Amino acid sequence: MTPAAFAFYLFAVTTLAGGLMTVVSRNPVHSVLWLILAFLSSAGLFVLLGAEFVAMLLVIVYVGAVAVLFLFVVMMLDVDFAALKAEMARYLPLALLIGLIVLMQLAIAFGVWERDAGADGRIAAPMGVAENTRAIGLILYDRYFLLFQLAGVILLVAMIGAIVLTLRHRADVKRQDALAQMFRDPAKTLALTNPRPGEGLASPIEGARR
Amino acid sequence: MPAFFTDHPLGIVLVILLQCLLILVPLLVALAFLLYADRKVWAAVQLRRGPNVVGPFGLLQSFADFLKYVVKEVVVPAGADKPVFFLAPLISFVVAAVAWAVIPFDDGWVLADINVAVLYVLAISSLGVYGIIMGGWASNSKYPFLGSLRSAAQMISYEVSLGLIIIGVIISSGSLNFGAIVRAQDTGLGLFGWYWLVHLPMVPLFFISALAETNRPPFDLPEAESELVAGYQVEYSSTPFLLFMVGEYMAIVLMCTLTALLFFGGWLSPVPGLPHGFFWLLLKILLLFFVFAMVKAITPRYRYDQLMRLGWKVFLPLSLAWVVIVAFLARFEVLGGAWARWTWGA
Repeated sequence: MTPAAFAFYLFAVTTLAGGLMTVVSRNPVHSVLWLILAFLSSAGLFVLLGAEFVAMLLVIVYVGAVAVLFLFVVMMLDVDFAALKAEMARYLPLALLIGLIVLMQLAIAFGVWERDAGADGRIAAPMGVAENTRAIGLILYDRYFLLFQLAGVILLVAMIGAIVLTLRHRADVKRQDALAQMFRDPAKTLALTNPRPGEGLASPIEGARR
Repeated sequence: MPAFFTDHPLGIVLVILLQCLLILVPLLVALAFLLYADRKVWAAVQLRRGPNVVGPFGLLQSFADFLKYVVKEVVVPAGADKPVFFLAPLISFVVAAVAWAVIPFDDGWVLADINVAVLYVLAISSLGVYGIIMGGWASNSKYPFLGSLRSAAQMISYEVSLGLIIIGVIISSGSLNFGAIVRAQDTGLGLFGWYWLVHLPMVPLFFISALAETNRPPFDLPEAESELVAGYQVEYSSTPFLLFMVGEYMAIVLMCTLTALLFFGGWLSPVPGLPHGFFWLLLKILLLFFVFAMVKAITPRYRYDQLMRLGWKVFLPLSLAWVVIVAFLARFEVLGGAWARWTWGA
């Protein structure tokens, strides 16, 4: 077995194991951690395919940002496991039915699958022209420029929508204005005092000796 | 014998292992002395002596601490999630260590000369947050949990501006490889050819983001000892704590190295004519680490909302604007292509 093949089987098995454990794990936080393992192993698979740019993006975007937020939310949730299990028992027949249908569809799809004779040689298509970061950039910013920009605009709209839906300025909450705080004049708000024993402070500003 | 190391899979693996050790062992030894230097600088600013008992001038203090940590008892809090509890410091340490695989120490002195090296470092440093979140959650205690939540939000926020600042450098070099980025700064102008000059507005931003990313003061809110005791590290003792601490310092040195590579010419000599070499990089890393230590000594801690405001409302817009500006400067080859080094030809 070549090192590449060994690495492939290692990553493939960890991806599958991570995916499986994500589903069967009892603790939701563990589920997310297993999911992260699955993401990382699939990034390894991308590297083996020669798509190192996609692999790194997968790690940065999914593992570095999305999964962190997942973990955030899941850790904050107060999950009642008993209730969750009762729910699962209720929906089990439906889930089984859906699983069965998907399995049958996959079986049908694989049944009529026909392979081109030369397909094996094209599985790991070598990127002869340029490193794939450059290749992706050239395609994305040239041929699919408009679609790429449109996707960006859609995401922007979604983000603004989310902010508009959740942003509320409540009148009864004191908001801190960092700039106003920074430009406050210490002379107007602070006073050094030296009260004699037994006298105390009468009025903080007027009785102050500077 | 040489054929075994170049052809046989086992030989190749052995060579790679040896190279890893060649990076890791000097790094860990250097870390011991950097820790000592950090404490000495801190002490000097506060008019204390600092560690001065173990060995001459206290030089061996870190090794004594290391021994102390290793032989102490590991205490696991009741109700802790044991596997995750022990996985967390390991992740912190391993993630901080593997990022060094793509760092070039001199022209060609690099373990993995991959063409997405910058992205690799970003990806790996974005993993560092997991050690902290997992540690805080698995401790099953309130202070660690608060600390880890703070840390997660903080590290994600400042990663964004770090990434955007690096994009400016990438645009200037036309490559994601650290070696190529450093070579693009080799212009024959000495230190004025380095990126700190053409990317001047971004150098302080990068440095401050690096401070926040590594949870260093003034942004050490995840472990703020006066409010959270020690944040996510509260429940850790002995070797797991040591792993957390070593991982943290390794990330700090990595950030110093990144700053040196991206903005200060890596192994290039500051004066034209002097030979380039590893010692220049080492010198730059040490200087940057000294600045890190000084910042720790002289700045008060930020308030949390100010930290988030700084990250999202100041650094993010500024670094994003700089990416756009650099893109234009590079496209129209302003100043003879000072922002488009690939046009100068190497």
